[in-house]
Amino acid sequence: MSNRHLKEKGIESLLFASGIVAVLALFLLCIFLFRDGLLLFEAYPISSFLTETKWFPTSDPAHFGLLPLLLGSLIVTAGAIIFSVPLGIAAAIYISELAGPRTAGILKPVTEILAGIPSVVYGFFGLVILVPVIQRTLDLPTGQTALTGSIMLGIMALPTIISISEDAISSVPRAIKEGSLALGSTKWQTIYKVTIPAALSGISAAVMLGVGRAIGETMTVMMVTGNSAVIPGFPSGLFAPVKTMTATIALEMGEVPQGSEHFHALFAIGSVLFITTFIINIIANHIKRRYRFNL
Amino acid sequence: MLSNAKLNEKIAFGLLRLAMGMVVAFVLVILYYIVSNGYSAISLDFIFSMPRNRMTEGGIYPAIVGTMYLIIGSMAVALPLGILSAIYLTEYAQPGRTTWTIEMAINNLAGTPSVVFGLFGLAMFVKYLGFGASILSASLTLALLILPVIIRASQEALLTVPKEYREASLALGVTKWETIRRIVLPAAIPGMVTGAILSIGRVAGETAPILLTGAAYFLPRLPDSVYSQFMALPYHLYVLATSGTNIAQTRPIQYGTALILLIIVLFVNIIAVSIRSHYRKKINR
Amino acid sequence: MPGTYDNGTEIEVTDLNLWYGDNHALHDISIDIPKNSVTALIGPSGCGKSTFLRCLNRMNDLVKSCRIEGKVLIDNQDIYSKDVDVVDLRKRVGMVFQKPNPFPMSIHDNIAYGPRIHGMGKKNINGIVEEALKSGALWGEVSDRLGSSALDLSGGQQQRLCIARTLAVRPEVILFDEPCSALDPISTGKIEELILELKKKYTIVIVTHNMQQAARISDYTGFFLTGDLVEFDRTEQIFESPGEKATEDYITGRFG
Repeated sequence: MSNRHLKEKGIESLLFASGIVAVLALFLLCIFLFRDGLLLFEAYPISSFLTETKWFPTSDPAHFGLLPLLLGSLIVTAGAIIFSVPLGIAAAIYISELAGPRTAGILKPVTEILAGIPSVVYGFFGLVILVPVIQRTLDLPTGQTALTGSIMLGIMALPTIISISEDAISSVPRAIKEGSLALGSTKWQTIYKVTIPAALSGISAAVMLGVGRAIGETMTVMMVTGNSAVIPGFPSGLFAPVKTMTATIALEMGEVPQGSEHFHALFAIGSVLFITTFIINIIANHIKRRYRFNL
Repeated sequence: MLSNAKLNEKIAFGLLRLAMGMVVAFVLVILYYIVSNGYSAISLDFIFSMPRNRMTEGGIYPAIVGTMYLIIGSMAVALPLGILSAIYLTEYAQPGRTTWTIEMAINNLAGTPSVVFGLFGLAMFVKYLGFGASILSASLTLALLILPVIIRASQEALLTVPKEYREASLALGVTKWETIRRIVLPAAIPGMVTGAILSIGRVAGETAPILLTGAAYFLPRLPDSVYSQFMALPYHLYVLATSGTNIAQTRPIQYGTALILLIIVLFVNIIAVSIRSHYRKKINR
Repeated sequence: MPGTYDNGTEIEVTDLNLWYGDNHALHDISIDIPKNSVTALIGPSGCGKSTFLRCLNRMNDLVKSCRIEGKVLIDNQDIYSKDVDVVDLRKRVGMVFQKPNPFPMSIHDNIAYGPRIHGMGKKNINGIVEEALKSGALWGEVSDRLGSSALDLSGGQQQRLCIARTLAVRPEVILFDEPCSALDPISTGKIEELILELKKKYTIVIVTHNMQQAARISDYTGFFLTGDLVEFDRTEQIFESPGEKATEDYITGRFG
């Protein structure tokens, strides 16, 4: 009997140990990321890192200004969100409210394909197909612009936005909708006055997660945005090349000597990126939890 | 009044249809370009031969092999860990600070950009643990990246197993673990497999993490140990498309590589989706 | 209280209190349940009768916020004492649930599941399955298709399968938690017949919301109301001349 008890306890401990691997991984990730990132500030003042407007890592003296990269990430992400949020929410409404069950059963996996396509394939597609189109139609010196990145990232963020919004909209109780229809409202009035407000927190969570996905995307932006570290204007910056935080890390890490100032600067950028997405995740999960309680 | 409302509805629904149509169009256009330009490049020789003449000719065999190694390596680590972790969370964890912390960690790992995982892998596995730029470092990095995906999918699968099964078994005087092992797990396995398969697609397509932890631009021979560097499909595509020796000339190889990647990922998704729908039908019976 | 029983006492409950978090769900329950007989627990929904039933095989242990005080003796052993293994207890005290819950396996494997895990009759598992199905009054209907899925059986057959599955681990007590509430009248009749047959060998406690059922099959009846055991006596006594006004009101259908 106690033998059996011991076995049960042993298994539970093993399972617990596996359970905390995620915590351990996150903890180690923070340690290793921040440790190498903070080493930058032994030689390079943190105030310059935060306020300098130049990222010239190989000039003499080197400039490691965060701002052009941060703003580069933000402008590309903002463009992606402006484009994908209305589109994604509209598609989610279509799938959950207008399409019949059979059509929805086809449309859902089709949008899921977008989530499955590897980012390097998006980047390749953007580079080969979209970049020349943008250059020609807008008559720009180069098609590798923030806008190109925004469009590609917008497409990539769509499945996240669609599937989570669709969940939120579908979970609005049917009784609420029928209540509105029974008062003589049209289907559309019911959708935008009753269903959408009721699903709003779920939809906002979807948007936040979409933002997180877009800001952390690397290969696609790296292949289509031209990668020049200048502070973008708005909206004119959309039509010029930019360099994002993610692309900077992926592009430059291969060329830097390990342990150099530049190496640590890339970790510092990584830390900023991590903190940004961390905050976005916390907000998204907070919203998501709240809407679950409401229903 | 009424006709106004009706008109608004017509316009609104038209816009919704248009939006849905655009989303579907994106899918079709991307697939069309990759497939129509890529299929002529694909042949048995393309899949099974080494790159030649500074990668402007020949096949992509080493990149396929490298990607396979990454899939095997990362799944070997992440699958057992993820499933055990999910079992702990759904069957044993009590609500409280510890469980909250674990859930929070999983959510944040899931939302952390892959390039950040790359930096972490570089700092911890490549440098600190001394695994070097290698299959081992890259596999471990990718394993952490897909861990949350596997945990979430397994949790979901476990939650679909009706509580009544557990009660029936416990009421027969069967221990908790035996109940999980003999009743809950067999019923949850299809869902877990779905999650695992989906993360195979993720591993096959990730580029940024392996770029920092061991993927090589070109290698004259196949890797011979877990400490070797490796070529991989997504990185190969990136290299050819952006910094190859002759970008325009290798365009067909690029399309071919993209198509192979796409086929792997879509194939894997189709399998996962069909397992899931088959399984749902069974549950609903 | 009906005093001592001809067959002796199987379960002795003294001052049992139960809380779900801050909710005090059972108050000072004391009851002696006789051996080899059917004891029915009745009362309006939410009165605590199912909660009480789940104290007898410690299924309430699965509810995290649940706290229990008091004594439950089964066969003169305190089942809440530290040295009792809850797994062994549940082997001795079987349970049949409201909704039939066969495992998604074959009929044979459903029955064999318990005995196999407990290492019973390694050689003669087929014999055990046959015996259990016969005792569960299901053998005649399924003997030619033991390998087919239990989920293909009708609701009433599934419930008898669940009873047979419980019998296969050879318990002393069987708890029934509204076993017929999901079944049609014909299936209900079969289960009631079966329960009457089973009381020859087992002690049976059944929770039911169906008063006619309690009157038909039970020897003793307890009436629960808002967490109290209002009255417990011989079934004829309860139905013909109840001692409490509340019991009478419930039985005559004035509330609940």
